[in-house]
Amino acid sequence: MHDPHVILKVISKFLVPFIALFAFYVQFHGDFGPGGGFQAGVILASAVILYALIFGLEAAKKAFPPSWVRIGMSSGVLLYGGTGVLTWILGGDFLSYGVLAHDPAHGQHYGIIAVELGVLCSVTTVMIAIFYAFGSRQPEVDEDNW
Amino acid sequence: MIISTLSTVILDSNLGWTGLVQSSLSCLTIVTGLFFVFAGTIGVLRFPDFYTRLHAAGMTDTLGAELILVGLILQSGFTQTSLKLMMIGFFLLLTSPTATHAIAHSAYTANLKPKLGKHNFSKIRGGRS
Repeated sequence: MHDPHVILKVISKFLVPFIALFAFYVQFHGDFGPGGGFQAGVILASAVILYALIFGLEAAKKAFPPSWVRIGMSSGVLLYGGTGVLTWILGGDFLSYGVLAHDPAHGQHYGIIAVELGVLCSVTTVMIAIFYAFGSRQPEVDEDNW
Repeated sequence: MIISTLSTVILDSNLGWTGLVQSSLSCLTIVTGLFFVFAGTIGVLRFPDFYTRLHAAGMTDTLGAELILVGLILQSGFTQTSLKLMMIGFFLLLTSPTATHAIAHSAYTANLKPKLGKHNFSKIRGGRS
């Protein structure tokens, strides 16, 4: 019944949603201030990694399944590249967002939001994938032998 | 001399009474916070073993940083900036003692004995180890 990590569990359970919320704050702050997809992705991944460190890797894999990781990694790159291809189709250069709307300033706004969402998606899932890959390694030496 | 220059500075600036109280309170809290940060730094450098150093470092992180943040909130007044500073202070108040607790607990679990000095347990019990 006595759990030595009860303080860590309570505090991190309280903090994980706020870390995710702060990640989205950084994400949507990115087109008119400091911030952006890379930083937001790392912060969002750190919420999942904190959950995994405190509650164990199995619980984290139940909350954020590894299949989501695979889908997120590829769809982030697809969203980034697809925005560029869409501007090609609409008659501009690769990733020239001005052609996305009638007003070029609005088009640049939509384009940067789409690209930053792609970056957020793949950075988050790549960070979580690296953590899952390292965390679920089998130990090469037995626990008793070192 | 000092009082006369101070009074001329106060009379020349257009602070008003509330602004004067606000800025002097914020100066007071920032200076107190700096004192705690300074004491914590000296403690980390001078204390003999892990647990006492951790005590000094944890004091710096909580009380010193909180007092400096309170001073900055008073500086910035009733704005969005002070709301953000309040949130930073709240999360610092939650996380920094938790981190100190985690470090101290892991050191205790790893059988790191605290250094007890000359008044250790065996001396108090009459020299038998």
